[in-house]
Amino acid sequence: MRLGERAGLKPAKPMRDVFGDALLEVCRRNPRVVVLDGDLGNSTKAETVRHAFPERFFNLGIAESNLVCVGAGLAACGFIPFITSFSSFLLCNAYDQLRLAIALSNINAKVLGSHGGITLGKDGPTQMGIEDIALVGGMPTFVMLVPSDPASMHKAVQAAVDHVGPVWLRSSRVAMPHIYPEDNCPFTIGKANVVRQGNDVTIIGCGIMVAMALDAAAMLADEGIQARVVDMHTLRPMDQATIVAAARETGAIVTAEEHLLIGGMGSNIARIVAANHPVPMRFVGLADTYTESGDPEDLLEKYGLTAEHIAAAAREAIAAKR
Amino acid sequence: MRVTSQLVDINTLKEMARSFRLDILDMTTKAASGHPSSSWSCVEILTALYFGGILRYRPDDPWWPERDRFIMSKGHAAPALYAVLAAAGYFSRDLLWTLRQINSPVQGHPIQGLLPGVEATTGSLGQGLSLGLGHVLGGRLNRINYRVYVLLGDGECEAGQIWEAAMAAAHFKADNLHAIVDYNKYQETGPISREMALEPFVEKWRGFGWHVQEVDGHDIAALIEVLQAVQRVRGQPSVIIAHTVKGKGVSFVEADYTFHGRALTPEQATRAREELLR
Repeated sequence: MRLGERAGLKPAKPMRDVFGDALLEVCRRNPRVVVLDGDLGNSTKAETVRHAFPERFFNLGIAESNLVCVGAGLAACGFIPFITSFSSFLLCNAYDQLRLAIALSNINAKVLGSHGGITLGKDGPTQMGIEDIALVGGMPTFVMLVPSDPASMHKAVQAAVDHVGPVWLRSSRVAMPHIYPEDNCPFTIGKANVVRQGNDVTIIGCGIMVAMALDAAAMLADEGIQARVVDMHTLRPMDQATIVAAARETGAIVTAEEHLLIGGMGSNIARIVAANHPVPMRFVGLADTYTESGDPEDLLEKYGLTAEHIAAAAREAIAAKR
Repeated sequence: MRVTSQLVDINTLKEMARSFRLDILDMTTKAASGHPSSSWSCVEILTALYFGGILRYRPDDPWWPERDRFIMSKGHAAPALYAVLAAAGYFSRDLLWTLRQINSPVQGHPIQGLLPGVEATTGSLGQGLSLGLGHVLGGRLNRINYRVYVLLGDGECEAGQIWEAAMAAAHFKADNLHAIVDYNKYQETGPISREMALEPFVEKWRGFGWHVQEVDGHDIAALIEVLQAVQRVRGQPSVIIAHTVKGKGVSFVEADYTFHGRALTPEQATRAREELLR
């Protein structure tokens, strides 16, 4: 069954294509936005800007350390750089540069970490960004955004430009169905969106897992369980109020992320729940392992990231309520 | 409109260099930590840049968009940078004595945004040349002509990022980007030639498409001359390889590379002061 089909969500084009469109749009609106590429513009789709504004597009080649610091230098000159590559290459080749030149310097630079998660599929685990949430989590000044559909990607790119300071934006190769109407996506940094109401359990997801959570909620509804679904599009700063309200009002929480469970979104939510209103929790994400090449659907199934897995986790969490 | 980069006579510059060495001694001795020997080796380079008529800058308008940039890529030489910036008027000399103390902006390594005149956060080596290239590209987009000077350590040139930046700077024909290597021949654990050979160093830079000049890094007049000469190079970035002595000015520090990350004891500081005042 197609992702989002159970929940009645319309299919959309790949997120990287949406990012390319959104980036071009902010470049049209704001002449201070410049784009830096680590020779992957045709994969991240940052190349839309290369064609439209060649003077504001710099390919620094396959040299991520240099790429990040050149971006930091441009930011110091008053430009708003979008530093773009795969999240795995940026974080694993240039963590030191992201940390000193951008995070510690608290500079106004934006980083696009494309090909997040395992759904890039056939290129395999060398290219997959399954630890980006954990690694960006290690840099205290970075805002971290994980859009879940085309409308939220457009809003996230614009919000990144409007925010003064470091922003990390996760993009993906895969298509994510429409969660929001194209012209009506609420998006405030640090304010999660409740995309489905319910009081029996709350499923908190980010990225592709939001559509999957809505599919799971549709399955649960057939059993008479009403699940609340939250789109946690901002992972830092995290929306504590929405999390605590979910714990208080639904009494059970499931988190779902296309990321390692260790150091991921769920562990950060658990910290907030434990400190404020402890309730049973279950966690859907990648176990402590690297994955492999394959079709995205096959990978999601094999590594436990499906609506069925989320629904099962929800039933467990509900059963654990006192 | 005050543009501060006064050209003063060589003897005055030499006296300034001596006073910077004394400041570095006092700062690191009071902090009981820091890198005095790495700071002393680049004192004449900084003196020539800031007071030899090379850099255009305004201490009363530190982020003046048209300023020339100076990036201290070898961040452990921060005491030298702080001493020079204070003398230039960016901030009070009183701050110098708070080096490495809690609640002070005078951090052990430079942090961008804490002090006027500090252009970059450095201390993890290898990043400054790339930052400098970013400033070059930003200047082009802003249509402002300024120059960007980056001081590199010799050991720092072992870092791959230096050569990523070197390749990119030549590709972008960044002829307003000037690297200066403080070639004091020692890294933390020993002589460069023993630990990780840089030679043939000049040929490496030439191979990456850079204009290269060598100079005695303690001869202020020669430094000023070569810093002026590289401004006339067109179409390629330039690097000045400044041959220096680690710990320059204090004989027993010059003779002992283990002073790298170590301040002098109060007794050693007294002897060092006597030598520096001689």
